[in-house]
Amino acid sequence: MSAAAIRADGLVKRYGATDAVAGVSLDVAPGELFGVIGPDGAGKTTLFRMLVTVVAPDAGTATVDGLDVVADHREIRRRVGYMPGRFSLYPDLSVRENLAFFASVFGTTVDAGAALIAPIYAPLAPFAGRRAGALSGGMKQKLALSCALVHRPRVLVLDEPTTGVDPVSRVEFWDLLAHLRADGLTTIVSTPYMDEAARCDRVALMQGGRLLGPPAPPADVAASLRAPLVRVRADGPRAALLAWLRAVPGVARAEVFGAAVHVTGPPDAEPEVFAATLRHALAGSSGVEVAPVAPGVEDAFMHLMGDADVA
Amino acid sequence: MSPEPAPASAADRPPAVWARGLTRTFDAFTAVDAISFEVARGEVFGFLGANGAGKTTAIQMLTGLLAPTAGEARTAGFDVAAEPEAVKRRIGYMSQRFALYDDLTVRENIRFFGGIYGLSDRAIAERTAALLDRLGAAHLARERVGRLPLGWKQKLAFAVALLHEPEVVFLDEPTGGVDPVTRRRFWEGIYAAADAGTTVFVTTHYMDEAESCDRVSVMVDGRIAALGTPAELHARFAAATMDEVFVHLARPAAAPR
Repeated sequence: MSAAAIRADGLVKRYGATDAVAGVSLDVAPGELFGVIGPDGAGKTTLFRMLVTVVAPDAGTATVDGLDVVADHREIRRRVGYMPGRFSLYPDLSVRENLAFFASVFGTTVDAGAALIAPIYAPLAPFAGRRAGALSGGMKQKLALSCALVHRPRVLVLDEPTTGVDPVSRVEFWDLLAHLRADGLTTIVSTPYMDEAARCDRVALMQGGRLLGPPAPPADVAASLRAPLVRVRADGPRAALLAWLRAVPGVARAEVFGAAVHVTGPPDAEPEVFAATLRHALAGSSGVEVAPVAPGVEDAFMHLMGDADVA
Repeated sequence: MSPEPAPASAADRPPAVWARGLTRTFDAFTAVDAISFEVARGEVFGFLGANGAGKTTAIQMLTGLLAPTAGEARTAGFDVAAEPEAVKRRIGYMSQRFALYDDLTVRENIRFFGGIYGLSDRAIAERTAALLDRLGAAHLARERVGRLPLGWKQKLAFAVALLHEPEVVFLDEPTGGVDPVTRRRFWEGIYAAADAGTTVFVTTHYMDEAESCDRVSVMVDGRIAALGTPAELHARFAAATMDEVFVHLARPAAAPR
């Protein structure tokens, strides 16, 4: 038996010539809110499908709540709440009917799980009779989470619950996950949104079937960018500014961040010295602002992925 | 940072998009409630809003796909209700869900969409060669699109949406689920198109992308709740980021409809 709520050791899943998951190892502690962050095609969904035992690994092992994903798959399914990225609800059933259906699949009742789902279900309660297909995106997402929780699972597995959801609904959804975390539930959640990393205890960055480094708290992941980072703004067309910055000697990378550009310098340079170099290079432009800035998870992700996987 | 709209064309050409009291109802539900705004030529215009705020319905009207219930709109100078076919010939469209056909090769996709946009065989041949050359994609011409990495698919889809040199290109969440580098390369394509004079009308759930638009509007419950440059909206709502502006405007509307 394992003390970890989730443990993966060298997990591999191949589809034809493609390694969808190419050797992933990670541990999730009981009660942890753990994020797997990466773009479409990174392998997040395949990894999660192996954890919830709907897909068997080609190599490696994994345990969930101490149980093996192959040998003990029946028991794991009882203990896991799974919210797949798509098609997790019956659009022709009402809100109430969806909940009752998922409860009955697990041999329980909606009432038995009512306490756990109450804070999530509350905003849905006035629409209990509405067809699930007629709900807004944010409401569908809350219903899907309620359905994943109705049998009181020990581990929650959420595959891209916030993809395509507007920023307000995303914030509200993460508030719900924080609430569940406070109740002691273990959650592993995937997302393509880098800014959601900050809501997790620890995160793993994933790209091309692999983790881009060991799982770590988001602040540590951001700090893994060991090169000076400088934020630059200047008037004029952005395309020209990017081209200009990328031609400055010592610039390793220049990427748009909102209305500014984040410029990465050589690894050994002092941030202030590198900033002075850029200020000098932009001396002829108007509206120039140049200042060293602390890297975020998205800066670190781009640094770790390099340009190898970019078309 | 915003480039000035070209003054020479601004004087003698109508705005790229112009809407006055544009409204669409479905039975008792008002999806778009009398919106009025203009988008200048060559502008990168961010069209934001919560799920269900009415963005998709508004875009369907502005692209001539759906008739307004009331009000009027002109896209590329043509009335969307009276001249929808003229509108469609002068716009490009790309979304995350609908871009290119996976089962066709790159060349076949370009040929197909060129035909849809009414280009002659000769124009298609010339522009295909130019497009592949510009993207450095000549070696991919015979590849099925489904086999290409997502970054290539998106670059090609955007280039195809611009194939008939539209005056306005509508991009509906073009970068959802894409890695942060590919997302930025895509936006560099947007800047280049805008610098070349194409108007870009784009929706996104990434608020950092909203920050890099020339102007943005935020739709709430069928209305345009705010419109301006990102800097103007920051100042108006005492917010440090567009994310804060968005949450401030859209949160009261988060209840189900």
